[in-house]
Amino acid sequence: MRRPLGGRCIESKGQRLLNIILALILVPLAAGAGMLFFRNVIGRRILAIAALLAVAGLCGALAWAPAPNGAVTLPASPHAISLVLLLAGSAISVYLFIVGWRRRDPLLVLLVLAQAGLTTWFELGPGAHAVAAQPLYVDRLAVIMALINGLVGGGICLYALGYMREYHETAHRDVPDRRPLFFALLFGFLGAMFGLVFANHLGWLLFFWELTTLCSFLLIGYTQSEEARRNARLALVMNLSGGLAFAAAVAWLYRETGVIELQAMLAVTDRAFVLLPAALLCFAGITKSAQLPFSSWLLGAMVAPTPVSALLHSSTMVKAGVYLVLRMAPLIAGTGVGLMVALVGAVTFVVASFAAITRRDAKRVLAWSTVANLGLIVLCGGIGTAEAVWAGVLLIVFHAVAKGLLFLCVGVVEHKLHSRDIEAMAGLVQRMPRVAVLMQVGMAGMFLAPFGMLISKWAVLKAVVDASPVLSVFIVFGSAATLFFWVKWMGKLVEVVTPAEPVAREADLGEAVALYGLGLATFLACLLFPLISSRLIVPYVAGVFGPTGALMGQGNVIIMVVMMALVLLFPVAFLDRGRGVRTAGAYLGGANVAGSMQFRGLAGTVQDVAIENYYLRGVLSEDWLASRGVMTATVLLAVMFILARP
Amino acid sequence: MNPWLSALLYILAAPVVGGLLAGCDRRLSARMQSRPGPPLVQPFYDVLKLGRKENVVARRSQNHYILFFLLLVVFTGGLFFAGADLLLVIFALTLAAIFFILGAYKASSPYSFIGAERELIQMMAYEPMVLLTAVGMYLVTRSFAVADIAGHPALLVTSLPGVFLGFLYALEIKFRKSPFDLSSSHHAHQELVRGITTEFSGPALAMIEVAHWYENVFLLGWVYLFFAAVPWLGLLAALLAFVAVILVDNVFARLKWQTALKGAWLVTLVFGFGNILALALFAPEKHQARPAPVAVAVADPSGEKPAEH
Repeated sequence: MRRPLGGRCIESKGQRLLNIILALILVPLAAGAGMLFFRNVIGRRILAIAALLAVAGLCGALAWAPAPNGAVTLPASPHAISLVLLLAGSAISVYLFIVGWRRRDPLLVLLVLAQAGLTTWFELGPGAHAVAAQPLYVDRLAVIMALINGLVGGGICLYALGYMREYHETAHRDVPDRRPLFFALLFGFLGAMFGLVFANHLGWLLFFWELTTLCSFLLIGYTQSEEARRNARLALVMNLSGGLAFAAAVAWLYRETGVIELQAMLAVTDRAFVLLPAALLCFAGITKSAQLPFSSWLLGAMVAPTPVSALLHSSTMVKAGVYLVLRMAPLIAGTGVGLMVALVGAVTFVVASFAAITRRDAKRVLAWSTVANLGLIVLCGGIGTAEAVWAGVLLIVFHAVAKGLLFLCVGVVEHKLHSRDIEAMAGLVQRMPRVAVLMQVGMAGMFLAPFGMLISKWAVLKAVVDASPVLSVFIVFGSAATLFFWVKWMGKLVEVVTPAEPVAREADLGEAVALYGLGLATFLACLLFPLISSRLIVPYVAGVFGPTGALMGQGNVIIMVVMMALVLLFPVAFLDRGRGVRTAGAYLGGANVAGSMQFRGLAGTVQDVAIENYYLRGVLSEDWLASRGVMTATVLLAVMFILARP
Repeated sequence: MNPWLSALLYILAAPVVGGLLAGCDRRLSARMQSRPGPPLVQPFYDVLKLGRKENVVARRSQNHYILFFLLLVVFTGGLFFAGADLLLVIFALTLAAIFFILGAYKASSPYSFIGAERELIQMMAYEPMVLLTAVGMYLVTRSFAVADIAGHPALLVTSLPGVFLGFLYALEIKFRKSPFDLSSSHHAHQELVRGITTEFSGPALAMIEVAHWYENVFLLGWVYLFFAAVPWLGLLAALLAFVAVILVDNVFARLKWQTALKGAWLVTLVFGFGNILALALFAPEKHQARPAPVAVAVADPSGEKPAEH
């Protein structure tokens, strides 16, 4: 009697997991489709909030699901679903072909045709009988990615509700209002991302991969301005080339080994057969995560409304790229391919960090910083040891929350101050105190000890020194540059220049929920970091690489917590702000006229004080850095393919 | 020694040692300039007097940043002398420096602002070398823990001569002395006034001074680490490094920030990175690449069976 009962128990557990996964993929997709039919604001709001609550609940269920590990079996025949996905994929190809044809864009048409040809040949020829026993698969890395996507991405969608209303009704009246499409794409993006992280069948993974490419193309081009169309096309071309590499990897892998599943690919013992597909998949990951030489698409993507940037940068799209690279880590570790991938990441980290110094456009600085951090993750994936992958996953988690928060803050500031120039944010603590504080929390999360990214930077440095110490030179120079551009931006926020009136209403309800939620998440991610590590990341790493020793000593965790407590005392100090001090005018080198902002200079003329950050343009040039970076990375990728050939 | 005890010892003794070192600095500099100089304990008099002065500020909350600068410097040194992880020590030091810089930003005066910018540039100049020093020490001792590094049986400086030279260079910047007194000069300069400390007076200035004492003792402690296998040699080296910094201060004129930045990076690349490259290439038996990880078919460490129908 016992055995069937036990069997049913496992069965029902698996069934529950399956239901959660399917719901996570389908709810956002269905909500996205529904959005197309809602033209009024209230209906859209209700649908969006209902869908987001459902996603959040499902994420919670997934997080608490017992042993979120192993394959899941589908209700329908995988073959039928494969067919549906294949048809949907073909529809995407046809659509992109039409876009390319209409725009007289030979490169785009060529890429679409190449991929379509490759896929058709594969599906009709060698791959016609490819059967995946486990088309979906859940392990703890997938759970982490899904939680990030659901919670951070969901928060961004919530924020977008209020943001897009203000965008169309006050800030950008000239842009045609296509909000139904916008929200449809936003939710479609979430669904595609869930599909991507749970897919084990490489054909399915490729379908969701291309779906995110399509969504990002349409979202970047949302405003339909000349610049938006151009940048959307750039993103499309670069990501399609990654998609082409992906399709080639699938076809090659199946032809050589008969493997069509990601987990089975990782289990292939003779690495000679899988090195080329792994390199191709890494290439795809590098395009999607905007590493050099493909960084320009992510920088161009900032023409889109801010929620799109936030979504692309924090939880979806680029994270799909690094997710794939980290998945490939065990296959490429210790090979020349791995070294080249690591070098691409390292070069990108350095170039992007220095490029960020030269810019004063807040969104562009954030974009470069994203590229830099993804570089670190790719570096971890290329090194591919257990501790490097551990560090890479940590980076994904911390970067997602902090970067999401920062983008949302910049979006709010842009709407209120009508500028995203960092210099215009001088005195933001006076004008928008809450947003300024949240922004500082986000920045602290990005680079300050003992917050998230610093924990990860510790881990990355240790992993790199253990595996190949020579690469550490990239990290030390890159992180010095990140310090520079974050601190000067932070300084701008706290600086108080002319007395300014506070902005009346900093954010509406949905925006505020998203902002405070992500602010809280930035804190919680740091406080709960030991738990996240031991419950999710360490088991994943142990599953892939076998049992590992302690990745971070108990003593270091305690030190981080003490440091955290010390930093948290800082806001407390502000309670007795200004007690026992006398305010006097600052020294200006002349007689102060009005407060500290004007002085009487030569010949009695009244001079204004102007304070502006250094951008080191005399020493560094963004164009120079970017062009050298592109050249170097191109060479590295070429070498990677040469090393990968069987 | 017990880590808590040595941290406590540092917290109590460092200001005394640091103050005396500052007194020595002033005496020595004076002698180099053919002046008699102030008494040895003059820095203590100065700080005590500053502490009794009125608290005048340009912006009301600027002194909070200085308080946390001091707290974090003490924390950094405490970590170091307790034998904790060197990377965390560096990160804590960086955090402290950032509070100092943000305080200058908060003051929002043009001169403190220039000082803050330049201090940031200096940070960018020395940070790579400081991190590489930690990396170099790790490569030799296989540990980031200061306690383990100090307990290493061999003289570190013999395997890390380049790193040591680079570190001395970074030390020069970290002491904010000429030729790197770009951000906060002790001497009157028209374009800078007092740079980063321009708007700080009275008790806040006293806190900055004490923080520098703490910081200097910690930095000299790091110099000692290179010679920790032979303690008397370590103490001597730390002392000599200190004298060398004062000598350089009196011999060189201030550099432009561009030159300072490029120079520091060049030194980091040539001496620091060169040393690490040599270590990585010529001592492969110490840190071999570990055997390539083996992919496991089913990612299931807990031994649970994948759920199936």
